[in-house]
Amino acid sequence: MTNISLEEIIKPENLVYEKTKLMTDNVLSYCPGCGHGTAHRIAMEIIEELDLQEQTIGIAPVGCSVLAYDFMNIDMQQAAHGRAPAVATGIKRVYPDKIVFTYQGDGDLAAIGTAETIHACNRGENITIIFINNGIYGMTGGQMAPTTIPGMKSSTSPYGRDIKLMGNPLKMTELVAHLPGTYFVTRQAVHTPSAVRKAKRAIRKAFENQRDKKPGVSFVEIVSNCNSGWKMTPTDANKWMEENMFPYYPLGDIKVDGELVK
Amino acid sequence: MTEELIIAGFGGQGVLSMGKILAYSGIMQDQEVSWMPSYGPEMRGGTANVTVIVSDERISSPILTIFDTAIILNQQSMDKFEKSVRPGGTLIYDPNGITRHPERTDINIYQIEGARLASEMGNTKIFNMVVLGAYLKVNPIVKLENVIKGLKNSLPARYHKLIPLNEDAINTGMKNVVDMHILN
Amino acid sequence: MGELKLMKGNEALAEAAIRAGADAYFGYPITPQSEVIEYLMAEKPHERTGMVVLQAESEVAAINMIYGAAGAGKKVMTSSSSPGISLKQEGLSYIAGAELPCVYANVVRGGPGLGTIQPSQADYFQSTKGGGHGDYRQIVLAPASVQEMADFVKLGFELAFKYRLPVLILSDGVIGQMMEKVELFDQVPRLTDKEIEEKYPWATTGRKKGTERRVITSLALQAHEMEAHNLKLQAKYKTIRENEVRYEAINCDDAEYILVAYGSSARIAQKTVQMARQKGLKVGLFRLITLYPFPSVDMQELCKQGVKGFLAVEMSSGQMVEDVMLAVKGCAKVAHFGRFGGVVHTPEEVLNALEQKIIGG
Repeated sequence: MTNISLEEIIKPENLVYEKTKLMTDNVLSYCPGCGHGTAHRIAMEIIEELDLQEQTIGIAPVGCSVLAYDFMNIDMQQAAHGRAPAVATGIKRVYPDKIVFTYQGDGDLAAIGTAETIHACNRGENITIIFINNGIYGMTGGQMAPTTIPGMKSSTSPYGRDIKLMGNPLKMTELVAHLPGTYFVTRQAVHTPSAVRKAKRAIRKAFENQRDKKPGVSFVEIVSNCNSGWKMTPTDANKWMEENMFPYYPLGDIKVDGELVK
Repeated sequence: MTEELIIAGFGGQGVLSMGKILAYSGIMQDQEVSWMPSYGPEMRGGTANVTVIVSDERISSPILTIFDTAIILNQQSMDKFEKSVRPGGTLIYDPNGITRHPERTDINIYQIEGARLASEMGNTKIFNMVVLGAYLKVNPIVKLENVIKGLKNSLPARYHKLIPLNEDAINTGMKNVVDMHILN
Repeated sequence: MGELKLMKGNEALAEAAIRAGADAYFGYPITPQSEVIEYLMAEKPHERTGMVVLQAESEVAAINMIYGAAGAGKKVMTSSSSPGISLKQEGLSYIAGAELPCVYANVVRGGPGLGTIQPSQADYFQSTKGGGHGDYRQIVLAPASVQEMADFVKLGFELAFKYRLPVLILSDGVIGQMMEKVELFDQVPRLTDKEIEEKYPWATTGRKKGTERRVITSLALQAHEMEAHNLKLQAKYKTIRENEVRYEAINCDDAEYILVAYGSSARIAQKTVQMARQKGLKVGLFRLITLYPFPSVDMQELCKQGVKGFLAVEMSSGQMVEDVMLAVKGCAKVAHFGRFGGVVHTPEEVLNALEQKIIGG
């Protein structure tokens, strides 16, 4: 290996990767190892690659990604807890030619916002929903979420989720796939390079569908980790996710071009 | 001139629409009007009533307890509103289904057999127009031509062919109103 | 002269939304205001002006659709009745916090809880003292006629965009359900997307390359930032208090006693004034048009003029009366009268209360 100087490395002709201009220079507020940063980045890369920034409006939720507008360098609105699909509906109905997406966690989308999510999906709003599912309430300190899997520990299920006592986890993505108003429904992950590539392809498709006015919601779930909330190291959290979350929330497309594929 | 009126009967008798036509007629002759219905579950099959005010001046309260005139079309309404006519005021009623006729002696009382006359004309739906005719004979607060104008303005065009029938019904009511008790 | 129609208050409100150039109405049915969305759906405003009308899955969703569309610079309206308005309070607090313009109407019915569908004015505190959480205010317009149900939609939008806050049209079951003559104002054209971008640089319509991104939010995690934001809001409310007070003084010039009322109670009280004057009593009506801002200064002027007593007439157990007391600062006697829970007081009852509580009391 030859020694190359720093000046050599940063020469434009040696550039191998560049952060998208649609991410700000603000330091991410997410914990090291969290999937949010990657999910933000690939969503913004797609907006840039498709050259949609001048007509795109994003909706940030309540939850860890409440400050998504500090990082996504596009016009953004911050919605009340769970109401992002209604906010997106409001914008899309008065601007049918713009690109509107929500970015929501599982507490936001699958608990308090269940009605807004299901009805926006069922009406067939021409919007994109990016749904980060880490099976826990991250922002408030690791409480049980509607997506917390059976036996999984959280601060409000300290002995593991007891189905008899606490009810069943909600597979929101499978649920919305069965509604006539969804056009594309898929479940992805961002914990390995190959998973990121697949997730990015799915997000691309979700925005292309909206751009091309395909009828209905394009819904991308990303199963992600929460090493802080799960009280694990990032690598252990990813391993635990593969072994426990993926069997319960299997990755892959569920509905493509309006047809169920699973 | 201010006329404060209540029309009361069963839901389905055309009580509300009669009030509406009267109000529209008032607008046609450049008067102030208000139309305040009873609303809610009682409208569905039960009693219905509407307060109509026609005035040359700005109208104050659209809700009243004492009226210049009461048009009463069923027994429940008779029991409720006979006492609400101001002394010297007017009560007009259809005797159909009435078991206790009005008893007051300090008001003018008229009868109109609206249900029978409408049925004889072959259309029970014009019942309310027969009653309106009787009222306008007793108290011509709006001109017949303005009632017709009001009908034209308030009815969708597809119903305009029914306007002559409504006019006949008003005339029938005007001819057949009966004096029951008239103050000197 | 505009087009003359006989309309229900709720219908006039809906027609006025179309004519005011609204871009969208998002709503949910509830008695006694369902005629608003029924009228809009029947009118096909999409064909008339391009206005969008959508029946949401709940009042909560409807107010958040308002948030989204208002945040993108559009002229949007919703309406409901008391229980539905309670559901909207979260969204309204966010709208006030994010400084978004919108108009909404509350056709008040009796409460608390599911209450009754009959008219009431018991949402005064909710309307004028906040409603949702946090230190915010909204402009509250109180129509007392079908004409004002129409006119206040146009005025409401002007004020909402001038100050960037929610404007509430506080109506009730009487004003919503009754029909009166209404002169409709001419169609105001809807703004084009280009006009919106020029007029409202804060609106999130998509970030143009080479410009800064716009963010609509009510969040500031740092307390001192939130305090600064609150100070900015308070300064705005002060301007509103100084410039937007509206009321109507009827027979107040020589009055010894004043009835203070708004909405349908003001109509009833107007009849009481007529009855009182016939009895030789010098009674006037101070009809509030804006409930926030409250015309405190002008009420104090009446005190200086020699008014001996004020009777607050409202269909509640006594809410507005507190603001009357604060306004007159003990310079004259103040009492409250009102039926509530859906019962509407009569002009005779009001006169009786005036004689008992103020004149004789």
